[in-house]
Amino acid sequence: MSTPRTNHTTNTVLAAQSDARAQGNLLAHVMPYVPADTSPFLPNDVPAMSAVWAETVQGGGYAHRIVARGTRIRFEDVSGDACAHLVLFNADAPRERLNVADTQKVFWQAYPTVGHPLLSGEGRVLATIVSDTSAHHDAFAGPVSSAQAVQRFGAASAESASPSGEALFGLAASKQGLSRRDLPPSVAFFQGVRVESDGQLRFTGSAGPGSIVEILAEMPLILLVANAPHALDPRAEYTVSELRIHAWRDSATTRDHARWRVTPERERAYSNTQDYISSRGIA
Amino acid sequence: MNFAGTATADWFDWGAALVNTVGQTVLDEIVAPRGSWSAIVRQGDTLTIVDVGGNQSADFLVYAAADTAVRYSVQHTIAAQRNAYLRTGAVLLSNAGGPLMTLVGNEVDRQDTIGGACSKESNSLRYGHHTVHEHACRENFLAEGARWGLGARDLVSNINWFMNVPVETDGSLGIVDGLSAPGKRVALRAERDVLVVVSNCPQMNNPCNDFNPTPLRMIVTSPEFEAVSA
Repeated sequence: MSTPRTNHTTNTVLAAQSDARAQGNLLAHVMPYVPADTSPFLPNDVPAMSAVWAETVQGGGYAHRIVARGTRIRFEDVSGDACAHLVLFNADAPRERLNVADTQKVFWQAYPTVGHPLLSGEGRVLATIVSDTSAHHDAFAGPVSSAQAVQRFGAASAESASPSGEALFGLAASKQGLSRRDLPPSVAFFQGVRVESDGQLRFTGSAGPGSIVEILAEMPLILLVANAPHALDPRAEYTVSELRIHAWRDSATTRDHARWRVTPERERAYSNTQDYISSRGIA
Repeated sequence: MNFAGTATADWFDWGAALVNTVGQTVLDEIVAPRGSWSAIVRQGDTLTIVDVGGNQSADFLVYAAADTAVRYSVQHTIAAQRNAYLRTGAVLLSNAGGPLMTLVGNEVDRQDTIGGACSKESNSLRYGHHTVHEHACRENFLAEGARWGLGARDLVSNINWFMNVPVETDGSLGIVDGLSAPGKRVALRAERDVLVVVSNCPQMNNPCNDFNPTPLRMIVTSPEFEAVSA
């Protein structure tokens, strides 16, 4: 019978060292690829030299990262059951963070897709959605809560088989020196919701395997990503599949870009962002 | 209630507590137009908010009094009830998923959870930079929250009692003319000791307060049995 002990010889320091080092080049189904250009899944259209982050996040797992302004981040729903819950912070001053209410209200639109800026509460664009083959997203209901995970799946903690969004975001936040006080409502990619005229929330699920969403960092960002089931996902089993992330150096939205002036609200939002970037001394 | 010295109008309706009407009145205060308010509401007590002038957005945040890191979560609240609007029976859930308050009385359909608070910063996007020096709900939340040790980190998406935000089929949404009227009320029972922070919205660029900020009346009442035992 195979046990964790099988095939390990660790009775001396040298043996233990050899045993540890022998594990170094193994591959897992879910893992970061470091450096990023070694990712076996690097997209064909991504110049290897520009890659800065490559990772496959497990279902029920999380990721966190600081990225520079101008970084383009691609999320891929590999198997069709990923749900990327995302919170963004200004890496310089994390009290500035994603504000979902402003993101919907300022642009008069409940359903973010290509071109929609993700706003902070400071009237600036943290990131812009620049690609979307899914169109199944949600800025209303968020991930499964701890109370809901315990009730439906028997556990909610990160080490359990059914981590809540709160458990995952909590750890991701801690890694960045942030706490639960710093966590605002999130946006969810790859699992959709529509609002009926009476307010009823209708879960529309996923667009299927291979869908991608890309966001462009318009400021230096801390990203927290929780890959957890959507709160309205009705499936009896805790269901969430792996999420793939690739990021590479690109260019932030500037005044000469058509995206800058699509609407008066967007033009002022990008102007406010540029105003901050210029005065902060970021290129 | 003594309304002496309070700005009023003949069309105002100052109302009365919506529930616990024979119980003990713990608190009965007015929030001036454009101003802020906060109080601890004890478990089992009920807060009635009266929309005195009608269509006055009461921007509302609630925290666990014992640990303000536990606070209102719009996501958990609307996910649990599977509806974006609040109606009688709605339970305001925290970021941990537990109940903070229950909406035990409501005289306006479709109470808003979507629109969030106005701010000087978002005003610059919505109405232009000439509005940045106008007062805003975020200012009220920060000033009132500071009295309890709360800061910018603690401001999350809030409820807007008496504000009307429809979502159309294509996802278009926005603040439109209200469904409230003078004297309309909501009543919220505290499910644990909670800190309530309110901004009486000063926004003058959209119909969230009918372009005419008016007072709110805040009444906290205890159930009858507490009055008897007192």
